Amino acid sequence: MDGILLQQIVNVISLGSIYALFALGYSLVFSVLGVLNLAHSALFMWGAFIGLLVTDRLEMPLWVGLIAAMIVTGLLSVLLELIAFRPLRKRGAARIAQLISSIGAAILLVNIAQLLFIRVYNRVEAAYPRGLVPRQPIIIEELGLRITPARLIVVIAALVVMILLQYLVTRTSLGQQMRAVAFNQRTASLLGINVNYIFLMTFFLAGALGGLAGVLYALITNVVDPFIGQNIALIGLTAIVLGGMGSINGAVLGGFIVAGIQIISIDTVGSSYRDALVFLLLFAILLIRPQGILGQPESTRA
Amino acid sequence: MDFLIEAILSVVRPIGITEPVLQFMLVNAILGISMYLLLRTGMFSLANAGFMAIGAYVSVLLTKELDFALGAALVVAVIVCALIALPIGLPVLRLRDIYLAIATIGFGEVVRIFFLNVDNMILSYLNTFQDAGLRRYELVGGGRGVRNVERLTETWHLIVFLIVIIFLLTRLQRSRFGRAMVAVRQDERVAANMGINVVYVKNMVFVLSAMLAGAAGVFNGHLTRIVTPEMFGFDRAVDILAYAVLGGTSVWAGPIVGGFVLTALPEVLRRFNEYRGVFNGLVLLLVIVYLPGGLINPQGWRKLWASARRRLTGQPAQPEAGGG
Amino acid sequence: MLVLENVSRHFGGLQALSGVNLRVEPQRVVGLIGPNGAGKTTLINNISGLDHPSSGHILFDGQPIHRRAPHRIARAGVARTYQNIRLFGEATTFENVLIGQHGQGRASMLEAIAFWPSFRREERTLRERARELLAQFDLMDVADVPAANLPYGAQRRLEMARALATNPRLVLLDEPTAGMNPSETRALGEQILRLPQMGLAVLVIEHDMSLIHQVCDEVYVLNFGQIIAHGTPAEVRDDPVVIEAYLGKE
Repeated sequence: MDGILLQQIVNVISLGSIYALFALGYSLVFSVLGVLNLAHSALFMWGAFIGLLVTDRLEMPLWVGLIAAMIVTGLLSVLLELIAFRPLRKRGAARIAQLISSIGAAILLVNIAQLLFIRVYNRVEAAYPRGLVPRQPIIIEELGLRITPARLIVVIAALVVMILLQYLVTRTSLGQQMRAVAFNQRTASLLGINVNYIFLMTFFLAGALGGLAGVLYALITNVVDPFIGQNIALIGLTAIVLGGMGSINGAVLGGFIVAGIQIISIDTVGSSYRDALVFLLLFAILLIRPQGILGQPESTRA
Repeated sequence: MDFLIEAILSVVRPIGITEPVLQFMLVNAILGISMYLLLRTGMFSLANAGFMAIGAYVSVLLTKELDFALGAALVVAVIVCALIALPIGLPVLRLRDIYLAIATIGFGEVVRIFFLNVDNMILSYLNTFQDAGLRRYELVGGGRGVRNVERLTETWHLIVFLIVIIFLLTRLQRSRFGRAMVAVRQDERVAANMGINVVYVKNMVFVLSAMLAGAAGVFNGHLTRIVTPEMFGFDRAVDILAYAVLGGTSVWAGPIVGGFVLTALPEVLRRFNEYRGVFNGLVLLLVIVYLPGGLINPQGWRKLWASARRRLTGQPAQPEAGGG
Repeated sequence: MLVLENVSRHFGGLQALSGVNLRVEPQRVVGLIGPNGAGKTTLINNISGLDHPSSGHILFDGQPIHRRAPHRIARAGVARTYQNIRLFGEATTFENVLIGQHGQGRASMLEAIAFWPSFRREERTLRERARELLAQFDLMDVADVPAANLPYGAQRRLEMARALATNPRLVLLDEPTAGMNPSETRALGEQILRLPQMGLAVLVIEHDMSLIHQVCDEVYVLNFGQIIAHGTPAEVRDDPVVIEAYLGKE
């Protein structure tokens, strides 16, 4: 097999697994609550930021940073549910109102991070400490392949978490309850499921996934600033629309497809059109097949 | 007119609102109205930052490269916005709430990326098909943008434009079309059963809104003197949304007040400039959660007051008149 | 006036309507009854354009309407009400009726913005007629109340008033008396009986047999998406097939 092609595949898999993790968080909240949490990208950024603080300021190893980031973003996500979503749901407000409140929360989170960045680093940009991951790439000569340890960590961490999530959703009682709530809230609460608790758990999981994606992303790019969430917000949206809103497997599939398109397009049409291509795809999918690749069409009802 | 503007400024200058601030307040009020039209018809579109960009770019190229007068550039730019909005709206407006929001966010990004790369696109076209052999081509300046735009927008232009828009808007709202907008927002299918052409109403409003956003872009471009793609990203789309949400969409004055307040407040509270972004986020969050009708919403205030009084005096909640 | 020829509608594997034939003649009140889930509301949705038949034809005044957009069907003269009231809740009672008159306005947007005399004249006639309708349905006192805040009975009456505001020749009433007490039902029945005198045809879905007897000239019975009986209210009441459909086999 062609070495360059293989290298591309490795890049698609590592970038794609970050996108997939991120999109999973979007998708989880959407499937269970039916709302889009646009503050999810801010949690992604916070994950990268917490990872930075833990490994750089507290000089802890990477795995502590990963776990700390997941816990903090998970809790932030729970806070979002309590402040930005639950009051509106109680009032029976439109889905759009929840979208707007999540935009407000995103702005708030980004700006708080910005203030903290300036307090801690005197500027709004910082890099992960040098010795955190070995820099020496792993070279497989027969295949002409170079894999940096960071990318390896990304793929392994993402894979492990995705398998755990799959297990949690399909095999555990929490997962069953989540699926019941996603299917029909009223029926679920009649069955004695504590719907509000399930919502909190869903938000925690989604936030932790977003935070993890943030740390992994920062490991590859090496730079953290308060605005790294902006671009991935749209990439994540594209991924979930592509895969079918609310479909867990669809989010993963969508994440990998977007990563594939981005990496292929750098070689074919140039990096400046990379994002344009992704959004054109988003556009096209919405118009041609709004339910996405793996989604079910909404049934027409009077 | 000058006298009037001077009089207004003499009142607001002590609290930190200078003439440039006033000008941006007026521009943002126009943007607020453009969003208000959409929300009033129940369309959650975030495309208007994109149309603002189109209006700004088209007009500054016309005034700078072709010596157009501002008025002429305004007319052309607004027509261009309408011509782009129509083919975009027809397919996109079939989508609803979250899907419409995502699609229009995508549109805004495509517009931004287009202006970022259009120079390179023209360059490669010239070199491939015309054998021009150029090394550089500059029309809109890529990421650095169009610079040295003449500052043609005057305060009175904005005041006159806003007054005309308010006049037309109030007329429109009291007409059959205005009632149809409200009906479409509340229940599209019933509106259709009442003989309202829902597709027509939505597309018409989308085009009108794009034209207004484009006009705001024209004025804005000739105030900031520089037009870059980054001025019209997702942040701008959210700002525009915030004007309408803060002001409310029950009366036309809402988005104007929203645009005024959100533009002026950071200037008035200059000491807290650092917390400006935090403040913006909080406003959006708190208003949508606790004041869903926005600032200018008599009914909402009355309800809020009633519930506050009940809490203070500890009386049980009174049933609403008639119930429902 | 309204003719349904062999109308079928299926959602995936579910056959909601199969081969329905039905006629409504001018100035007649036709009832449509049947157990829950028989496909009555699907039928009305298909006539009013919110849904389209999978096969078959729907003709209104000889014109096929089964592929038309709902607003064009409404403008052709078909109005309807909804089983679970669907008013424009944030708009006032008066505005609801004005919205119903949408299809009758001729003034363009430009005329409206310019406040042209033709626009003002039109507005004046529309408002006058809206007030007449409110008076007819005893809604004058609540003209400026948001529709969501009206008592239940008034909401039902407003739905009728709004449907008539579209100036229809055929009115489809989807369970107009649901949730009403007997005296309210009787009063509404009298309102329905006035419609043929105004030149209108009526197709009414109803569960309340007393109303059917009060207003209907003829009745169709729908069960599992099929018409199983057709006749005068008395004939249908005594039809063993109908009794079986309602009560189940003994």
